[in-house]
Amino acid sequence: MSVAPHSVEKLLTDRYPHGFVSPIAADTVAPGLDEDVIKFISNKKAEPSWMLERRLQAYRHWLTLSEPQWAFVQHPPIDYQAISYYSAPKPPGAGPKSLDEVDPQLLATYNKLGIPLEEQKLLAGVAVDAVFDSVSVATTFKKELAAAGVIFCSMSEAVREHPELIQHYLATVVPHTDNYFAALNAAVFTDGTFVYIPKGVRCPMELSTYFRINAANTGQFERTLIIADAGSYVSYLEGCTAPMRDENQLHAAVVELIALDDATIKYATVQNWYPGDAQGRGGIYNFVTKRGDCRGARSHISWTQVETGAAITWKYPSCILRGDDSIGEFYSVAVTRGKQQADTGTKMIHLGKRTHSTIVSKGVSADSGQNTYRGLVRMSARAEQARNHTRCDSLLLSDRCGAHTLPYMEIRNPTAQVEHEATTSKINEDQLFYCRQRGLSEEAAVSLIVNGFCKEVFNQLPLEFAVEAQKLLNVTLEGAVG
Amino acid sequence: MLEIQDLKVNVAGKPILTGLTLQVRAGEVHAIMGPNGSGKSTLAHVLAGRDGYDVVGGSVLFDGANLLELATEERAVRGIFLAMQYPVELPGVSTMVFLREAFNAQRRARGEVELDAVEFIQRVRDKAKAMQMDDALLKRSVNTGFSGGEKKRNEILQMSLFEPKLAILDETDSGLDIDALRIVADGVNALRSPQRATLIITHYPRLLDYIAPDHVHVLAKGRIVLSGDMALAKQLEVKGYTWIDQEVAA
Repeated sequence: MSVAPHSVEKLLTDRYPHGFVSPIAADTVAPGLDEDVIKFISNKKAEPSWMLERRLQAYRHWLTLSEPQWAFVQHPPIDYQAISYYSAPKPPGAGPKSLDEVDPQLLATYNKLGIPLEEQKLLAGVAVDAVFDSVSVATTFKKELAAAGVIFCSMSEAVREHPELIQHYLATVVPHTDNYFAALNAAVFTDGTFVYIPKGVRCPMELSTYFRINAANTGQFERTLIIADAGSYVSYLEGCTAPMRDENQLHAAVVELIALDDATIKYATVQNWYPGDAQGRGGIYNFVTKRGDCRGARSHISWTQVETGAAITWKYPSCILRGDDSIGEFYSVAVTRGKQQADTGTKMIHLGKRTHSTIVSKGVSADSGQNTYRGLVRMSARAEQARNHTRCDSLLLSDRCGAHTLPYMEIRNPTAQVEHEATTSKINEDQLFYCRQRGLSEEAAVSLIVNGFCKEVFNQLPLEFAVEAQKLLNVTLEGAVG
Repeated sequence: MLEIQDLKVNVAGKPILTGLTLQVRAGEVHAIMGPNGSGKSTLAHVLAGRDGYDVVGGSVLFDGANLLELATEERAVRGIFLAMQYPVELPGVSTMVFLREAFNAQRRARGEVELDAVEFIQRVRDKAKAMQMDDALLKRSVNTGFSGGEKKRNEILQMSLFEPKLAILDETDSGLDIDALRIVADGVNALRSPQRATLIITHYPRLLDYIAPDHVHVLAKGRIVLSGDMALAKQLEVKGYTWIDQEVAA
C-alpha cells in the first residue's frame, strides 16, 4: 500500500492540531545560562532586589547539583547552555494593560487553540491567564475577581504588586534545594500564575492558565503559586501546547499550592505538549515539580491530571498532609504512544492526625510508549489513624509498549492504614469483538473502552474540561491498537 | 436469507467445522443442538465475524452477499446480531451510552436518521420494561457486576432494540432459571416476523419448549448430521446425544 507523503503529514498534524508556529516577533535572549542572564531576566521583570538575590542563590545551588538519574526514562544529555532562558513577544515590558492592547496575532493564536481571550466569548465563569513563552500576555476577568477579593495575576506582577505575600509564601512548599529542576526553575523562572483567595471566600469562577511555548530553542520555566486562605475554595485548571519541532524543548515548571485551615484547592492539568514524531524526534521534556501543602486543619488539596503530550513526562504532584484531618487526592490519566515516556505519580506525606489520601492512577500505553507509576505513601510517626487508598490500573494497547508500577510505602505509625491495588490488562479481544458485533468500528470501540477505563479520573474534572479531555484522548489514540 | 454451503473452519490448525450446510429462510426459527465441542459456538462466531477462525472451505451468503468478506461491524449493520454466551464487561462505559453509540453507529452506516437522546432513552426504557429489567441496570457500566441472568437479559434487550434480520443466540439459555428462560423465549417470540430469522444454539432442549422452532438440527463433529422438527428435540431430551454418535458412525 502506498500513501502519498502529504497525507501522512496530514495524519500527523491531525493528531496534533496545536503544532503550528505563530509568526510573532520575539524579544529573545541569546542561549546560555550564567549570572548575567539571571540578572537580565530579573531586570526585564523589574523585580525588587530580594527576588534577584533569591534567584542567584538558587542558581549557585543548582551548579552544585547533577541531573536526577532514577526515573525510568531515557534521553540524550540536555545542553543547558544551548537553551534560551527568556523569550517574550514584542513589545516587551510590563505587558498590555487591557485586551485591546494585546497583539492581534497573539489573540489569533489563542483563538486557533480554542482559547478565545476576548472575555465575552469565554466560557461563562472561567477566568484565563495566558502565558506565551516566558511572559503572561493577558489575564481575563481580573476586575470581577478583585471584587471578591481574589488576586489572579501573573507571577511577575505579583512579585511587584504583592511582595508581602510572595515573600511569605513563595518557595515554602518547593524550596530551591528540593531537586535539580526546582533549583533551575527558582533561578530562571519567567512567568506563571499567582492566585490568592482570601479568608472564607469561595472563588466565584473557575480559574485557568493556558501555557503556550512558541519560540524555538527556548525553555519554559513557569512558576505558579496558589494560596487558599482559611475557609476558602478555588478550582484551577491549566492547559499546555507547543509547536511541532525536531528539537526537544525543556519545560521545567514549579507549582506550589498552600491550603490553610478548612480551605480547598482543586488543581487540574490537561497537558498536551507536542509529543514528538513517531520516530521520537522532537517533543517537550516536561520535568515538573508540583506540590501542595495542606498546612491547615481540615484542608483539602486535590490534583487531577490528564497527561497525553510531551516526549518525556517527569512529574509527581504531591500533598503534604500537615494539618490534622486534612485530605490529599491524586487522580491521573497518563497516555503514552509513539516513543513517549512517562514517569509520573505522586507523594502523599502524612504528618497530621486522621489525614486521608486517595490515589487513582490510570496509565494507557500504545505503540512503543512507556508508562511508569511511581508513588510514595509516607505515614509519619505522629500520623495517628491516617489512611491511604491507592489504585493503579494500566491498560496496554500494543505488544511493544510497557507499564511499570513502583509504589513505595513508609509506615511509621501502627494505627495507619494503607491499601494498594494494582491491575495491568491488555485491551481485550472479547471487548473489541463485543463492541464491533453491536456495530461500532474498531476505533469507536477502543475509544469507548479507554474512556471507560479513565472515567473515574475524568469525573474529577469540571464538566467542560472533562468533555475536552475525552476528545483529546480520542485524537491521541487514533489508530493506536496493534 | 442465510445460505451456508459446505463450510469448513479451522481453529489453530485444527478442523472444527468440517463441511456444514444450512439454509435459513426469512420467517424461520432454527435450533442447532449438539454435544459440547461439536462446533456450535464456532458456527456462531464465524457468522458474526470474529477473528481467529480460519475459513478453509465453503461459502456463506447473507441476503445474497458474501458474508465472509464483511467486517464484523458491517455484518451488524446489515442485520446480524449475536447474543453471546459470555457477554463481556465494559467497566466505566454506561449501558445507556453504549447502546446509543452502537444504535446510532448502525443507523449512520445505513444512511438512516439518528435518534435523539430523548427518543432513544424512551425507546430503551420501554424495551427494558417489557422485559422486566430494572432501569437502574441501564445506568451501570455494561455488564459490570451484573449477575449471570442480568447479563443474558441485557443481551435480549439489545436484540429487541437492534431488531436484527438474523438473530443468533449462542447458548443464551445456559445457567438461567425458569423465569429468565421465559424472558429469553418471550424476547425471541416477540421478534418473530416474516422478515426475520433466528438461529438458536443450545445444548438443552428446554428453551425450545417455549419457542417451538420450525427446524431442529443436530451438529456433531463439525457438521449437521440430523435435521427434523420439534420431535427431534424431544427425542434428544429423552435419549441424550450418545445415540447420535452411534447413528452417525453406522
